[in-house]
Amino acid sequence: MPVPVTIRIQQADFDIAREIAALTAGRTDIGAVVSFSGICRGSEKGEIIAALTLEHYPGMAEAEILRHAETAMSRWPLTGLTVVHRVGRIIPGENIVLVLTASAHRQAAFQAAEFLMDYLKTNAPFWKREESAAGTSWVEAHDHDDAAAARWTKP
Amino acid sequence: MKVKYFAWVRERVGKAEETVEPPASVRTVDDLMAWLAKRGEAYAHAFETPRVIRAAIDHAHVKSDTVIAGAGEIAFFPPMTGG
Repeated sequence: MPVPVTIRIQQADFDIAREIAALTAGRTDIGAVVSFSGICRGSEKGEIIAALTLEHYPGMAEAEILRHAETAMSRWPLTGLTVVHRVGRIIPGENIVLVLTASAHRQAAFQAAEFLMDYLKTNAPFWKREESAAGTSWVEAHDHDDAAAARWTKP
Repeated sequence: MKVKYFAWVRERVGKAEETVEPPASVRTVDDLMAWLAKRGEAYAHAFETPRVIRAAIDHAHVKSDTVIAGAGEIAFFPPMTGG
């Protein structure tokens, strides 16, 4: 049976419980679901953030997430996978991204979720712009995110 | 070929996409950035530090020395900050 994969990019918020229920409905082969949610922080380096605006590259964003989903499925025995990434204006406290990984056992689910998030950060074509009292500015990429993604390529 | 720009590259260029017809001497992604940079002040500003700009051909990441022949759509953007 093919592994169910859901990838969505949307402006609207998502409901984590509903996404998990959709992933596991009618299944008895799933023993573990790991859920990661990325949430908009209200401050960055001591500065108050009013909102983030997320821009993406339609078409490539979905393709890039699917490529990493396929890599994750080839590396771990996953039985289901969901990625939802929001775009548009997001205020502190709101969800930005959701990754769900399902497997028979927890270890694969934990590792695949972390792998997917590390690659989403550095390779999926999304860009954040921050609004603060000082105006708006594009968020700069962090070296530690590149390092987090690179560790998965080590033997 | 169609060229797309995202985030601050799009803001600096002043448009999200356009169709360009570079001469045959423009062979690689690097060549294309250098050629675009000569199209005016806005482009020069957008492509002033080409080493920080990432590129994709037909929705897949490519290195800057990649040959562009046959590309349908080339995108330029800063390092990604999603997730």
